[in-house]
Amino acid sequence: MIEGLLLPDLDEESAPFFHYAAQGQLRVQRCAACGARRMPPRPMCPRCRSFDREWEQVSGRGTIWSFAVPHPPLLPAYAEMAPYNVVVVELAEDPGIRLVGNLVATAGGRLDEVDPADIRIGEPVQVVFPPPIDDGRGPVVLPRWTRLG
Amino acid sequence: MKDRAAIAGIGTTEYAKELDRSERRLALEAILAALDDAGLDPAEVDGLSCYSMEATEEVDIARNLGFGDLTYFGKVPYGGGAGCGVVGQAAMAVATGQCRVAIAWRSRKRGSRGSRPWAGVPSRVGGDQQRWTRPYGVLRPVDEIALLTRRYLHEYGATRDHLANVALAARRHANLNPAAMMFERKLTRDDYLSARWISEPLCLFDNCLESDGAAAVVITTTEQARDLRRPPALVHAWAQSLPRQHQTMTNFFCDDPMRGPAWACAAKLWALSDAGPADVDVAQLYDAFSPLVLLSLEGYGFCERGEAGAFTDDGGIEIGGRLPVNTSGGGMSEAYLHGFNLIVEAVRQVRGTSTAQVPDAELSLVTSGEGVPTGALLLRSDR
Repeated sequence: MIEGLLLPDLDEESAPFFHYAAQGQLRVQRCAACGARRMPPRPMCPRCRSFDREWEQVSGRGTIWSFAVPHPPLLPAYAEMAPYNVVVVELAEDPGIRLVGNLVATAGGRLDEVDPADIRIGEPVQVVFPPPIDDGRGPVVLPRWTRLG
Repeated sequence: MKDRAAIAGIGTTEYAKELDRSERRLALEAILAALDDAGLDPAEVDGLSCYSMEATEEVDIARNLGFGDLTYFGKVPYGGGAGCGVVGQAAMAVATGQCRVAIAWRSRKRGSRGSRPWAGVPSRVGGDQQRWTRPYGVLRPVDEIALLTRRYLHEYGATRDHLANVALAARRHANLNPAAMMFERKLTRDDYLSARWISEPLCLFDNCLESDGAAAVVITTTEQARDLRRPPALVHAWAQSLPRQHQTMTNFFCDDPMRGPAWACAAKLWALSDAGPADVDVAQLYDAFSPLVLLSLEGYGFCERGEAGAFTDDGGIEIGGRLPVNTSGGGMSEAYLHGFNLIVEAVRQVRGTSTAQVPDAELSLVTSGEGVPTGALLLRSDR
């Protein structure tokens, strides 16, 4: 059984997202030929089949599209915080682009610090960048979300 | 291939939380029972079809059962989405002459490696289904479906009472089925509403059972099936779908996540069929989680989008209702075998041998997992 939080295994397509997150930037993959954004990032644009891609910086604002509140049985590091929230956020620039994350009160806060009973679909949120998590294979910043305003 | 292949035999082991035999042993028992049900000798089998997640191997199955020379074998991916494709592809192989007698099966033990792909994960998770969700605490299939469910309830004004309707219908049907794991266990709406959460808005009773067991079916030509021991269940039509821009289980990255794989599967199924949703007498809708039944009722056209909750009210999916659903108890109350027991029950309905029989059922629909690349089978009686 693993001890800590899970981290993403970074590959050629996903690494830039976390590279920019470590610099405090939320960026989304976009086709360099036709401009279509895509999430999750992948090698080819499904609209024009171009392999050319770039990473567009976005405002980091969005709205909660949905959320869930997991309860045990869970991996130990998550069970210790349960019940916690998981949110799906639609980006302000493009409601077709959604990101999974957590609603927190402060950037480095625990996943259970917001009362799940108060979370609403449609709430405006802003991305935050917690301190990196290091599992010995390199630090990773997992973007999370706070309430806007 | 309409009506050219048929299910001629069905077989299962008992279902339980824990069985002490191996998956291989359970598979052999179920397959032998299905062949005996059909009245066919194992040496006549020349085709095999299974889930890519199946733990037993074709060569093992064939050598133990003493099959002859196999000329068709194939696998279908995506776990609970596979079942109907597994049977459909075997039927296609029979209808096109690639083989004459095919077996489709599923043997599953909940404690086995591979039966729970979300357990035993490494600390780094890859693949687009996991990389963008697991680190944030979307650890299990139930968490993925909880995210879809919350949105569904929000968009359409459905409630937990509608999810309860699905769980209660399955349980009432299981209470009629001595082979169901929940045969003797009653469930009330109060039990449902006071159950512990697993992943809000889903509680314990929104989840399927965890089961050990195996089930198998025999597929042959309709012509041959007519000469065998049981009334054939004709494969009137079948379909699979992996819709555009679909991502398995975490389908919230597409334009319209409430329109899942069922929609494209249904379009193909009805196009290949002489019938439509209004002609279906009874349905087995894949139910790893209760909301999948609501999504399937809409996707296969039994009601309009967003109206599945109301469709389940007033006993709508129970025996005697608008469309009896999961009449053996399904994955939620009979056993969870990745949906394969639903196929066995769909055959029983056409034969008239279900413990919650729909009188004179002629058209029997069974679907595989919604939320993953999926399939559906429309079985027809030969009357």
